[in-house]
Amino acid sequence: MASEAQGEEAGLSFHPMDQFLVKPLFGEGDVHWYTPTNVTLWLFIVAVAIAALLVAGTRGRAIVPNRVQSVAELAYGMTYKMVEDVTGKDGLKYFPYIMTLFMFILFSNMLGLLPKAFTVTSHIAVTGVLALAVFISVTVIGFAKNGAQFLGLFWVSSAPLVLRPILAVIEVISYFVRPVSHSIRLAGNMMAGHAVMKVFAGFAAIAVISPISILAVTAIYGLEVLVATIQAYVFTILTCVYLKDALHPQH
Amino acid sequence: MISLLQEAATTAAEHTEEAAEAAAHGSESASGLPQLDFSTFPNQIFWLIVTLAVLYWVLSRIALPRIAAVLSDRQGAITGDLMAAEEFKQKAKEAEAAYDKALADARAEAQKIVEANRAEIQKELDAAVAHADAEIGARAAESEKRIREIRDSAANDAREVARDVTAELVSSFGGSVDQSAIDSAVETRLKGALQ
Repeated sequence: MASEAQGEEAGLSFHPMDQFLVKPLFGEGDVHWYTPTNVTLWLFIVAVAIAALLVAGTRGRAIVPNRVQSVAELAYGMTYKMVEDVTGKDGLKYFPYIMTLFMFILFSNMLGLLPKAFTVTSHIAVTGVLALAVFISVTVIGFAKNGAQFLGLFWVSSAPLVLRPILAVIEVISYFVRPVSHSIRLAGNMMAGHAVMKVFAGFAAIAVISPISILAVTAIYGLEVLVATIQAYVFTILTCVYLKDALHPQH
Repeated sequence: MISLLQEAATTAAEHTEEAAEAAAHGSESASGLPQLDFSTFPNQIFWLIVTLAVLYWVLSRIALPRIAAVLSDRQGAITGDLMAAEEFKQKAKEAEAAYDKALADARAEAQKIVEANRAEIQKELDAAVAHADAEIGARAAESEKRIREIRDSAANDAREVARDVTAELVSSFGGSVDQSAIDSAVETRLKGALQ
């Protein structure tokens, strides 16, 4: 509140965080768990866009694909190969979920870059649920597939015996930190990029600075397109790596 | 007094409530990180789970099997086409081999026919030559025979003429014609001439 007041005094108004506000779609009021909000709207848009690409785009089932079908096949092929390469053949069973995750994050990040858009992946509540879902399912799969042997993941048998208990403590801590880093990495990247863009755009109110400001916004936008794709890729490949640990806990 | 105080207290309380509400919803600007506003968490989590469930269902039931089918169809079509091409190539090779073989056969057949014709002609030629030789021999023998006959008749004629001439000569010189003597004389003279 204090910084806002200062900005107004200087003739500038920075509200870089306003874009992340969760508001009800219809009218004012409290945000209950069932209220349709801007989060709901953008989740819906993301889902519709993914369905448009993967379902409507492949409607033709053409042997020689058109452009949309090529893109859909490219996304499929890339994710499939990633799952196969990282987790091995037995990880392909979980390919649909990983593909869902990848497409959801990629489309959320990309659609969030549209002006006036709301980026659902910039919220820790969303990425936290995604990361926790991965963490819990990977842990469950690990114990279901390997039983108690899954704990061998924390017992580095290639290290000297003296070091093993210490390494085990570090491994356990790093295992439980996984969902935190997994979720904060994505949300932080998205939030920071959008906030920076808003701040640069705010400087455009001053006529002298505005050309530099607009150039900076353009540059940051290009960078953000890259970040949006890379973060979706990173989240997905880390999911694959965690899944590999669960399927083959022996290093 | 007491009632008045109570009234003031309630109005004051109402005012503060209104102010708090205005602060919460009235202003559009965010205070602090909206990401850490835990009151919106249930809403976000609920709608996220709904979206993810729907997306997972759509992808795993419709989109991914369809794309997998399209990709495997394409792979199959490519493999099929390649195999068909290989087959056609094999067929072309076989056809070429068959053509070469037919050509070689035809050539051998022609050679054989030429050889057979040559042998036949040779045989006919040999027969014709032999026939001609035989004919020539026969004709020569016949000619020889006739020559001998002519020679013999010529010799007889000469003998006859000689005899007649001798008898005529003897009679004209006035001698008596002794036929046997004349004959022997002519024979003796002719022996040397006609041999």
